[in-house]
Amino acid sequence: MSPSFTIVHPGTGSNATPVTPKNVPVSGGPVSPTAEAVGAQFPGVISRTVVSRGETTIIVDGARVHDVILWLHDDAQQSYDYLSDVTAVEHRDLSLPLEVVWHLRSLRYRRFIRVKVLIAKGAPLEVPSVMDIYKGADWLERECYDMFGVKFAGHPDLRRILMWEQYKEGFPLRKDFPLRGRFSRSEQLKNALAANPEARYSMEELSIADAFEELPLDMRRRLSEGEKVGE
Amino acid sequence: MGTKRTLEVELSTTGLSPDGKPQRVPLVVGGDGGAVALEAPPAMEPEFEGEHMLINIGPQHPATHGVLRLVLELDGETVVRCIPHVGYLHCGFEKIGEYRQYNQIVPWTDREDYLNSIGNNCAFALGAERIFGIEITERCKVLRVIAMELSRIASHLVWLGTTCIDIGAFTPFLWSFQERENIYNLLEGWVGARLTTSATRVGGMAADIPDKWLEGLQGFIRTFPKTIDECERMLTKNAIWVGRTVGLGVMSPVEAVNYGLSGPMVRASGVAYDVRKDFPYLDYETYDFDVPVGSAGDVYDRFLVRVEEMRQSIRILDQAVKRLPDGPVNVDDVRIILPPKSKATSEMESMIHHFKNVMEGPRPPAGECYVAVESPKGEKGYYMVSDGTSKPSRWRIRPPSFVNLSAIPKMVEGHLLSDVIAINASIDIVMGEIDR
Repeated sequence: MSPSFTIVHPGTGSNATPVTPKNVPVSGGPVSPTAEAVGAQFPGVISRTVVSRGETTIIVDGARVHDVILWLHDDAQQSYDYLSDVTAVEHRDLSLPLEVVWHLRSLRYRRFIRVKVLIAKGAPLEVPSVMDIYKGADWLERECYDMFGVKFAGHPDLRRILMWEQYKEGFPLRKDFPLRGRFSRSEQLKNALAANPEARYSMEELSIADAFEELPLDMRRRLSEGEKVGE
Repeated sequence: MGTKRTLEVELSTTGLSPDGKPQRVPLVVGGDGGAVALEAPPAMEPEFEGEHMLINIGPQHPATHGVLRLVLELDGETVVRCIPHVGYLHCGFEKIGEYRQYNQIVPWTDREDYLNSIGNNCAFALGAERIFGIEITERCKVLRVIAMELSRIASHLVWLGTTCIDIGAFTPFLWSFQERENIYNLLEGWVGARLTTSATRVGGMAADIPDKWLEGLQGFIRTFPKTIDECERMLTKNAIWVGRTVGLGVMSPVEAVNYGLSGPMVRASGVAYDVRKDFPYLDYETYDFDVPVGSAGDVYDRFLVRVEEMRQSIRILDQAVKRLPDGPVNVDDVRIILPPKSKATSEMESMIHHFKNVMEGPRPPAGECYVAVESPKGEKGYYMVSDGTSKPSRWRIRPPSFVNLSAIPKMVEGHLLSDVIAINASIDIVMGEIDR
């Protein structure tokens, strides 16, 4: 009668009791077995394996990263079913490549791995989306696109999320973006007021109300004054 | 899809008898409680073809807990589609962090999830210590556990109070905010601030607890469970509360994990994932506490899980008070910790260390780390990349509310407009953390 869920307990795949890591070395240390498994499954995909602060990072080929993450998610011996984070890193040394970072967790084996793709200077900022594997990647990828301009190929709805859709100044977390923004404070204020993101509806949203007369009065007024709606 | 559950509810409430004495009065004519089978209304079939309506909630709306904006497509009163908009509170914390030394970032962590500010301070300090490669003292560990559990209770109390307001109960709001006041009084006695605590430094705390502070904490541990009991008595078997929460926003275990939900959201869905148990920090594996898990993944289960978590936090606090060791709070490393003020003004060496620490800041070795803690909202991670200078070249917050909120279109579709408020409240969002 009552369709209650079966309780899922993490850590069923290992007998080890998790403990707080102590005296973690700054670099070096044991490599996660996942790195070797990925290397065996996808020969030549891992260009480098780095262990920093006890956490293993595998740097993989950008064209194959979707396959690697899909395998990590599906394979019963890996079972990386939890996507913690998707983000990007740009270094102060601008000759270094921009990095896109996935933090994956395996709840069954209580493992953690960081998958990285390096995008060389001048190359298009594009990596495959993992939203078909993890639904939780939706907003994380949108945020990464918003802040860094990294395009996630295959994401169904890659829009800005924290900045408004008409934001013109670029990608705030890139190192060439000045801390105070690109324009003067007065220009920024003028642009922000003109954008009026609180009252803006995208075309998708407007299609819900299919007649112009259905729109709120103030919106009809603004639209008739020539204000454009979102993309 | 309606979910069926059998729950004990009381169909009566406290009222007055004709001669003015308190007594139980039935809420429903002919019913005096007992086991009642509850069924959430199934997604309704459209009775006739009509135009869908566009409804905008927020960003300035008390039930959106900040500046969340939801654009809803309604068919009658049923939600067909939900399009959330966030970002109205975006402050660029991560960008500012790249221009600040590690200790200067601590005040920014207060302001992201401002209901859990001291917990964020501790989490950030843990991440910074990992990247510096230092081990904190035993006393500092226990003090941080006390701080994090106190702020977990404070955050859950705000959640309980505001959710009650959203759903239409007023009294638990007053009770929970009164207890939160006690916690803030304790924090004020410790670090001098109530909301924006900035209590930690890399390698220790800004201040040790004052004399007699533990007695105040023990008093809180003694009296607080009574308040939880009272709130539970008001809500857990309350027919109105149960009717407004059961069967709403159901997430199955597989969905919850796939959507990246964490904290009480994923545990209410029956996944016992708790960072304190599975990826422990601060010696949490040595504390004896349980991870409450729900079985239906609805709003009601999220309420039960959070209430039980408060009780478990009290258990942890009780153990932490008993084991709090004497000794120094800060690590003994002049390159990281500021010398005492009296020494800095009287000894040359200490003055130099003070000057170097303040002007240049401690420098961690190059590298990166991701340290996650169990915040009241879920898995809160700090990802830091150091290039060997005194400022991180990237500082990333993994915001649990942000990921939890991204599942709201999935949770509200097919429910009524009034249930959107209850589901949104059950996520426990803090916009400061979502927008950062």
